[in-house]
Amino acid sequence: MTEMKYKTPLLDELEKGPWPSFVKEIKKEAHRPMVQDVLGQVERSYEEHISHWKHGGLVGVMGYGGGVIGRYSDLAHEFTNVAEFHTHRVNQPSAWFYTSDALRTLCDIWDRHGSGLTNMHGSTGDIVFLGSTTQAIEPLFKDLTAAGWDLGGSGSNMRTPSCCVGPARCEWACYDTLDACYNITQNFQDELHRPFFPYKWKFKFAGCPNDCVASIARSDCSVMGTWRDEIQVNQAKVLEYAKTVDIENEICDFCPTRCIEWDGKTLEIDNSNCVKCMHCINVLPKALKPGKDRGATILIGGKAPIVGGALLCSVFVPFLEMDPDSDYEDLKELTEAIWDLWGEHGKMRERVGEFIQRVGMSNFLEEIGLDPIPEMVMAPRSNPYIFFDDEIFETEE
Amino acid sequence: MADVTVDQVADAMFDLVSSMKGKRDLKPMDVSKQMMEKFGDEVDKKMCKKALRTLIDSGRLTYKYAGGSYVTLPEA
Repeated sequence: MTEMKYKTPLLDELEKGPWPSFVKEIKKEAHRPMVQDVLGQVERSYEEHISHWKHGGLVGVMGYGGGVIGRYSDLAHEFTNVAEFHTHRVNQPSAWFYTSDALRTLCDIWDRHGSGLTNMHGSTGDIVFLGSTTQAIEPLFKDLTAAGWDLGGSGSNMRTPSCCVGPARCEWACYDTLDACYNITQNFQDELHRPFFPYKWKFKFAGCPNDCVASIARSDCSVMGTWRDEIQVNQAKVLEYAKTVDIENEICDFCPTRCIEWDGKTLEIDNSNCVKCMHCINVLPKALKPGKDRGATILIGGKAPIVGGALLCSVFVPFLEMDPDSDYEDLKELTEAIWDLWGEHGKMRERVGEFIQRVGMSNFLEEIGLDPIPEMVMAPRSNPYIFFDDEIFETEE
Repeated sequence: MADVTVDQVADAMFDLVSSMKGKRDLKPMDVSKQMMEKFGDEVDKKMCKKALRTLIDSGRLTYKYAGGSYVTLPEA
């Protein structure tokens, strides 16, 4: 075992217990001087309750404005090997499908140029390489691109889009999330690599309303699979489930709109009142399936609580066909219209959801060129003070 | 007036960023807005993006991150 350069009693606490430990993983690479200094500096941060990383600056590869996040130590005189410790985001393959060869290639490249520490994967979805010097950035990028990889997004640009496994492994996928994610990534390469927005923009592609990529909470534009016809029901399988599942209590009573009825023999669904919550399908997967007329709902404005508070996406387009042959032109057109408006009038570090709150949904829709529809209402009005327009009074008079 | 070229816009952008060095950081959109104001209808957002890309690819300007993304002169 490699001898540790620094004593790390606080970090050592995090190795205890049966769960995964980042300290344990970092120590596996402790034969590298850079990693020894990481452990030393992080221990110091735990002692002093303050981060010793500085963030930002001018680092990057020629031509790109994203993908490399400058990271420096403010204790560089003491932990000299991590004086520069830049993070690299590498664009992951759609739905994180790798071959062993691909992973080996990535690790070999990273071993040659950096600390050897990775984060698989970052919150946005990228492969994250943690810790390189400034000098290593261009050679690393050269090796990555030669092997067919590219950097992902960072800064005020489109961040690396991500998607669920979709039809590759899931029968509930209402569109090809992998294809859509790849298509959008390729189409908006300029926006991915060259910051031009007030702040970040995230796309996430979820194949069904189960939303396995948490798109509604973690992206500015959630493309969520849905259907507009009837849930497919196999009554024979429902009867089989009825032997072990209490259909009335576990299905009917849990339906948020109470649109399911069970008489002991037949399951009846009032599809016009179904809100696509997926509960019944999740509990009876062999008996129920999403409908056949499938596409996606486009939701806008979600974000995690970094600058302002957290926001969930809200519906913008209730149903959009997601036919790969269409090249997703409607989605691209809508996205560009939003980018134009937000790009021109958004404040620095203002996400699109916050922008919509500031300018008002009606103004935003008017500028984008969309008509308001009931599906865009997030929740019924709770304010009892209702103000009527003047013209209503005039008409009454 | 003759048509404005991408190179002319790029030069104007470079002058603008140089003149603001040490005073205020400029976002790519700030730079573009000022160019559209300066050149009027002959320059649009698309052209500004092209001009900016020329400057970045040639290394005359670079991106900088400080809470948000800015364009600036490269370090000497």
